[in-house]
Amino acid sequence: MKKIKTFSAKTVNLPNEDIDTDQIIPARFLTRQTIDGIGECLFADWRFDKSGKPNENFILNQAESINAGILVAGNNFGCGSSREHAAWSLLDYGFRAVVSSSFADIFQNNSLKNGLITIAVDLETHEWLMQHPATELIVDLENTEIILETGKTVSFPIDSFARYCLLNGVDQLGYILSHESEINAYENQKQ
Amino acid sequence: MQTTPKTLFDKIWERHVVVPESEDTPAVLYIDLHLIHEVTTPQAFTLLREKNLKVRTPEKVLATMDHSTPTVPIGSLKDLEIVSEQGPAQQIRDMIQNCKDFDIELYGFESERRGIVHVIGPELGATQPGKTIVCGDSHTSTHGAFGALAFGIGTTEVAHVLATQCLLQRKPSTLAVNLNGKLNKGVSAKDIILKIIGHIGVDGGTGHVIEYKGNSVASLTLEQRMTICNMSIEAGARAGLFAPDNTTFDYLHGRPMSPKGEEWDRSLEVWRKLHTDVAASYDKEVDIDVSALTPMITYGTNPGMVMPIESEIPDHKGNQSFKKALEYMRFESGKSLLNHPIDVVFIGSCTNSRLSDLRDAAKILEGRKIAKDMRVLIVPGSQSVKAEAEAEGLDRIFIESGAEWRESGCSMCLGMNGDTVGSGKLAVSTSNRNFEGRQGSGSRTILASPKTAAASAITGSVQDPRQFEV
Repeated sequence: MKKIKTFSAKTVNLPNEDIDTDQIIPARFLTRQTIDGIGECLFADWRFDKSGKPNENFILNQAESINAGILVAGNNFGCGSSREHAAWSLLDYGFRAVVSSSFADIFQNNSLKNGLITIAVDLETHEWLMQHPATELIVDLENTEIILETGKTVSFPIDSFARYCLLNGVDQLGYILSHESEINAYENQKQ
Repeated sequence: MQTTPKTLFDKIWERHVVVPESEDTPAVLYIDLHLIHEVTTPQAFTLLREKNLKVRTPEKVLATMDHSTPTVPIGSLKDLEIVSEQGPAQQIRDMIQNCKDFDIELYGFESERRGIVHVIGPELGATQPGKTIVCGDSHTSTHGAFGALAFGIGTTEVAHVLATQCLLQRKPSTLAVNLNGKLNKGVSAKDIILKIIGHIGVDGGTGHVIEYKGNSVASLTLEQRMTICNMSIEAGARAGLFAPDNTTFDYLHGRPMSPKGEEWDRSLEVWRKLHTDVAASYDKEVDIDVSALTPMITYGTNPGMVMPIESEIPDHKGNQSFKKALEYMRFESGKSLLNHPIDVVFIGSCTNSRLSDLRDAAKILEGRKIAKDMRVLIVPGSQSVKAEAEAEGLDRIFIESGAEWRESGCSMCLGMNGDTVGSGKLAVSTSNRNFEGRQGSGSRTILASPKTAAASAITGSVQDPRQFEV
């Protein structure tokens, strides 16, 4: 796991509420053998028309979205299917964080395990970001805050263990494996 | 010393803590049953190979193929490419190889027990009260119908469970949904859960485990409870739970993987204690009057956009997401959907593909023909359900009505196995998600019960099933 501490990136806004993982990546792309290049499937049915041509009305196909690294989305982002391909495709496309007013549980879990930071902010900050598209945002994972272009800092909640793993590049599987003696003891006592 | 009153969820959770949760670290939670399928496991097996890890307890893994698996009959695996595209076909072959390499028993093509993962777990008796059950699939919540703590996980977590039989988890909050009153004729368990999702919203259960309680519960069959638990995730909940009772024990008795003999008696003793203590409290509570329910249908692009079938589509002026949803569906606020023409009916999915669902549909379709130019696809949840349905002659009723009768699988629920609704077409579907394009690119979905779906198949338009129930 790569360590993540602080980064800054430009935002792109997708104000729709309840964006489900079927929109983030439709099921027909889940049969790909590898996740390399899976970013090309991100928001496929919104980004491309039936013939595969980019849909000019979709925000990610517009000039202001070039090099955006933070997606600002409507409430309850990532609801629906547990497909981790949603987090993989956002990361592969180039997003490093998603900001919303809330996230679906499984999506949030999957994202943090892959280094995609889910940032749930208060409604006022969310509204400000929606009013100021393509703004530069600093994400400071160490202090669990974002810094707006205005200089205002806004703290965000993140599971302390997920934060620790991201800051230090810790592999969570390795952490569970380090508890093997407890797992053995649990299994023995159950039998 | 007085013990703290506990909820059913607390009791199951506590029994599975290997390492307790602290402020800095989540709990290491033991998993009793790991269900796997072909779509969310390939990268997990790759990770195991990279790290040179084995599957810790292959006997606690139950594997099948359902998601990208075709529902048209194939003679043998050799013929797979005739009906499947290259991607899904390869995924199926990889699943077979992965299970072989890691010593996992696979309920594959040759198995009479193959089927949708959330249908075969209960059917085999692998799903049992008090167990922790996970699967790389959000509808794992289905198994909560037995009083098991069951929830969906991502592929990285699938690898964790394969390698360690454990999962890192923070303890969720609890939400009690009190169901009171009796279901009216023509109204189904599907209508109960659709009502709940509409009531609390698609994020109303986020961070919570729902326990379904109240005086309606005793009269709900296990299959009805499964339908309700199945869609708990559509309200954002981690899991749904029903306390096990005699209905649960009767269902499980004699199943292939159920405990036998003395072990059955010992299990019963433990299972009977799995209920919420009277004095225990929940973080939130919600009441639903089941006796007031009528058949429910969705009108939008998430399961929370739902209404009684006789109602008119509501108006949420100014809400852009709402507006976008209606535009996609080509529906208008203030209009009723009754008699609205449809193109496709799908009866199946882990929500509604069990024998009772098929019987509900058959009762309405018997002796009737489906409307001209309609496509009606009926897909049993497992090969066992298929065999049972055929033994009762349900397949004849369906075929004579003009419907297609298939092999088991996820089919048209998620449009990745060859079965799709078609771009721009409108389906009444017994599945669980009406997201844009969920049933194939450009598809439009109205979620409903098998009864409503069958009634709609006859006229080729959205219909209230109560007119067909005497």
